[in-house]
Amino acid sequence: MSDTLNTANATLFEQLGGEGAVNAAVDIFYRKVLMDDRINRFFEGVDMDKQAVKQKAFLTMAFGGPANYSGQDMRNGHAKLVEMGLNDSHFDAVVENLATTLTELGVSDALIGQVAAIAETTRVDVLGK
Amino acid sequence: MKRIKFDEQFFEIDPNETVLQSLLRNNMQVPYGCKAGVCQSCLMRCLDEIPVPSSSQIGLSALQQKENYFLACVCMPENDMTLALPNKEQVWLEAKVVEKEFVSDNVMILTIQSKDPFAFFAGQFVNLRNRAGTIRSYSIANTPNAAHTLVFHIRILPNGQFSRWAASELDIGMTLSFSHAQGNCHYLEGKSEQSLLLIGSGTGLAPLYGIIEDALENHHHTGEIHLFHGSRDATGLYFETKLDELSQHHANFHYTPCLSGVNPDKHRYTQGRVNQIALEKFTKLDGWRVYLCGQSDMVLQSKRMAYLQGAALKEIFADAFLS
Repeated sequence: MSDTLNTANATLFEQLGGEGAVNAAVDIFYRKVLMDDRINRFFEGVDMDKQAVKQKAFLTMAFGGPANYSGQDMRNGHAKLVEMGLNDSHFDAVVENLATTLTELGVSDALIGQVAAIAETTRVDVLGK
Repeated sequence: MKRIKFDEQFFEIDPNETVLQSLLRNNMQVPYGCKAGVCQSCLMRCLDEIPVPSSSQIGLSALQQKENYFLACVCMPENDMTLALPNKEQVWLEAKVVEKEFVSDNVMILTIQSKDPFAFFAGQFVNLRNRAGTIRSYSIANTPNAAHTLVFHIRILPNGQFSRWAASELDIGMTLSFSHAQGNCHYLEGKSEQSLLLIGSGTGLAPLYGIIEDALENHHHTGEIHLFHGSRDATGLYFETKLDELSQHHANFHYTPCLSGVNPDKHRYTQGRVNQIALEKFTKLDGWRVYLCGQSDMVLQSKRMAYLQGAALKEIFADAFLS
């Protein structure tokens, strides 16, 4: 990912490397999520290709890029998972996997903090609070 | 309850009913094939401006999706819908049967010759249609050639409407209709040094055989190519001699026949499920390209395992067969 583009004017999305960075991150991130025994039961039986598209949309949003869905979409999309017991600990685990992914890709802690902060804004909708 | 409008008539959709089920229940004549969202024979278009369920648009082109085309067999309406058959009827091409050979108790190799030149990649599939109107999808097991022939591996199923007809009534010289080739399970040019892992069960060998031929003969693939072909018992494996010969001629091609049931020769056949054998042998798939064809549970399970073992999602090509 591009850490060279750190002019004051560049947006977070640009600083991270835009869509290319999302594409690089999505495979690593989704694999971590599926291997994480704390949360992978929520992904059982899902179509992997469709899920990867959703993960990409999530990462794009968390990277400060365009968001293609609303808070209500997030609520609807996760309602069944909340019934299955989805709670704050699972949300934290996903954010942790996101941070580890970015660390592996060489992103600075400062930028990771910004990404985590954007991801945090979805917590109430994802958990149906 | 949602209603659909088709051919100037209204029909109700029962709970858990698809558009196709409702149309057929009401004796509407619409084309269909696999009833599983794969063959695209039941392609329809929604004329309303409300989007159709995206789950009924998987496999369609971006333009078709934008124009509200959908597959009736997997569409459970979320709104009332006004429906039409696509403007362009599915184009059917004509071919004649040139060869028919049984290679095991229940597998038949069918070779047809297209009347006209025909573009495809080995490993893609076409729909075949017989005179009674029965449509089934089959993978193409050979590479494009000057004679315009297409080869299919047809598993004869006890109650298979199409396969039993093909086995007993279809004769050399008879004509058959087929569709344009579809699907992305084929060889990709440009990375000839990449390692390839191909896992197939039963006639899932068909697309893999075509892909291997394409890789070795047409593209001089230099990376390692590992084929694992599995079946329950030895009668379900076929092409063994051909594949042995291929591995003798190409040092980078490796063939492992696998049996999950009775194993008459432990030196010859690896014992176990084909996907487990392959994925336990190659645990690190970073940078590999993986092809998975055959029984759908096996394919879906292997896809997940291959991905977790490092293969990039876009490097996994899967073709799940329906029986």
